[in-house]
Amino acid sequence: MRIAVFALQGAFVEHEHMLQQLGADTFQVRQAADWNQHKDGIILPGGESTVQSKLLQELGLFEPLRQAISEGLPVFGTCAGLILLSPSHLGTMDIEVRRNAYGRQLGSFHTNASVSHVGTDIPMTFIRAPYIEKVTSPDCEVLSEVDGHIVAARQGNQLVTAFHPELDNDLRIHEFFLSIARK
Amino acid sequence: MNTERQKLNRELAQMLKGGVIMDVTTPEQARIAEAAGACAVMALERIPADIRAAGGVSRMSDPKMIKGIQEAVTIPVMAKCRIGHIAEAQILQAIEIDYIDESEVLSPADNIYHIDKTQFDVPFVCGAKNLGEALRRIAEGATMIRTKGEPGTGDVVQAVSHMRLMQSEIRRLISMSEDELFEAAKQLQAPYELVHYVHENGKLPVVNFAAGGVATPADAALMMQLGAEGVFVGSGIFKSGNPAKRAAAIVKAVTNYQDAKMLAQLSEDLGEAMVGINEQEIELLMAQRGQ
Repeated sequence: MRIAVFALQGAFVEHEHMLQQLGADTFQVRQAADWNQHKDGIILPGGESTVQSKLLQELGLFEPLRQAISEGLPVFGTCAGLILLSPSHLGTMDIEVRRNAYGRQLGSFHTNASVSHVGTDIPMTFIRAPYIEKVTSPDCEVLSEVDGHIVAARQGNQLVTAFHPELDNDLRIHEFFLSIARK
Repeated sequence: MNTERQKLNRELAQMLKGGVIMDVTTPEQARIAEAAGACAVMALERIPADIRAAGGVSRMSDPKMIKGIQEAVTIPVMAKCRIGHIAEAQILQAIEIDYIDESEVLSPADNIYHIDKTQFDVPFVCGAKNLGEALRRIAEGATMIRTKGEPGTGDVVQAVSHMRLMQSEIRRLISMSEDELFEAAKQLQAPYELVHYVHENGKLPVVNFAAGGVATPADAALMMQLGAEGVFVGSGIFKSGNPAKRAAAIVKAVTNYQDAKMLAQLSEDLGEAMVGINEQEIELLMAQRGQ
């Protein structure tokens, strides 16, 4: 199991540590030359979506990434990664997203909630986070809601969370992603 | 500040890693910075090079000006308060700034005490020249550290010295035996718990950026290679000939700091870099403010 972790900007090392604890190999994608390696899945980490989207475009990674996801390569996007999969960027997921939905840093928070297929009492850290306003396709399954807002969803091989499972010591969501990638 | 808030504030800094934080003085500059790929902007009335030129007392920026920048962009907005100026920090918190820089670039308000940052909900970044300073600021509640460098000079030499010194002091702590750490804490004038953390983890407990004198993509790549987790660029962008192009090039240089071929491409045709002055030519050493 080998996972490509996008390392353009943001908290990508944290994802690598989680995956490595689960026995998966990881490699970083910083430019087009890194892309053409064997991979069983992709991580789009948290960070600033404006920065990551611009770098995807300018480093020639946007189209190969979009195509690979469309063809079914499993992808897990957290926070900024969720935004990248929405229609305003890669557009591979049928979701409507609200950026900075909880306001500025003073609105950042931590909570615990259930995620379908994963478990209960999952720690969730929201940092200037987005949420999903609605899913616009029956293929897209809502996995978790917090205060009436969608914070995790799955559409085929695409998994997204508005929160950052890579920041807490709970491997269950990454384990769930690897189980998708294994199929 | 409870520990959960402190954790969240450290985590915001984690999201900024691998990014470039740019000084901006107007909403227009903020939009240029965001479009060029800044992961955050620092709103201030004068960039450090102009603070140097103007002389006199330099204070927190007008909150109205900061709010204008908050409205112009969707990325995090930071702003500076004077070292030890509790009230300026309270004002910045009241306008919901995303990060406060308790900064030596402004005139210090207190020659002895830094702000007790544990009393605030908004996060703070502080400058440091060495590991002891960094750990003292973290003990006071800073959730992000940057090198001081020598702001407003376009001369990277001080940022390099500070980053090298911090990294070598970290390596020294890693190699110590447990019973030597008490004495190390005494020498560093830092809390034992933080010294022990560095010994165990081989890094600061918070994100560490480079700042002060970064002017080119090569400067940014240099700081990343020396162990910075991201870069602040102050005067280097909007004091240069083509700010948008230079800003975008520095952003890419931080992501691909180990790829010399790409750095070569990025360094082409950027126009005039900021003129720069070296440390020997300046009378005011900002890095000496706040130990």
